Amino acid sequence: MSTDRIEKRIVLRAPRSRVWRAISDAKEFATWFRITLDGAFAEGRTVRGRVTSPGHEHLKVEMQVERIEPERYFSYRWHPYAKDPAMDYSAEPMTLVEFTLEEAEGGGTALTIVESGFDRIPLARRAEAFRMNTDGWGGQIKNLERYVA
Amino acid sequence: MSRSSGAAVLFAALGDATRLSLLRRLSVDGPLSITRLSEGTGVTRQAITKHLNTLGHVGLVRHARRGREQVWELERRRLQKARAYLDQVAAQWDAAALRLKAFVEEQG
Repeated sequence: MSTDRIEKRIVLRAPRSRVWRAISDAKEFATWFRITLDGAFAEGRTVRGRVTSPGHEHLKVEMQVERIEPERYFSYRWHPYAKDPAMDYSAEPMTLVEFTLEEAEGGGTALTIVESGFDRIPLARRAEAFRMNTDGWGGQIKNLERYVA
Repeated sequence: MSRSSGAAVLFAALGDATRLSLLRRLSVDGPLSITRLSEGTGVTRQAITKHLNTLGHVGLVRHARRGREQVWELERRRLQKARAYLDQVAAQWDAAALRLKAFVEEQG
């Protein structure tokens, strides 16, 4: 099993153009991702913001947009564990996040999300992130299940 | 979310800023002597040794001999258990993907 990448695949019952807008329009992305962003996405541009989900508002987000291929592909780099506001993560390696859109069989859009490059993140950072996250995520997923149910 | 007591002990050992920074040093710089690990930390060699023993006790680091020097190195297999971190990132993406799904399907 790879320790370097995560891959998620999900089918959305919405046209590709709609899903593309939700991913490539920074305002829409910020809404469902629960962050704020200070500008539009453009290749080579760094967009910054903050987490808006309750209890995590102190966390900053910085996305370095890498490649935009309309209605097909969107990618950016970021620091996956930038959890400590007092810490300077800028010298550490980043992971690459890629969204790939395809027509789903039977209508809708098949979306693949890949985050890769974890093997370059220092092990201690991963362990630290794990420890800091342990309390939060289980509950958050349950909230979500209720929300989308 | 239930985790084995092994993992609990492992992450308890990790729950200390000095020990995390020791692991970070060993992860980035490779095997190091106590002298090197103590440099610039403001922590005594004795305290560093104690932290290394704690980490060694849960199998995260081990003694090794490099030439005539005693060094400490990461036990990478044990740290692989910290691979559970990936499960967490994956869970975050699951949650984000579900929010995106609700967003595009409900708002049209």
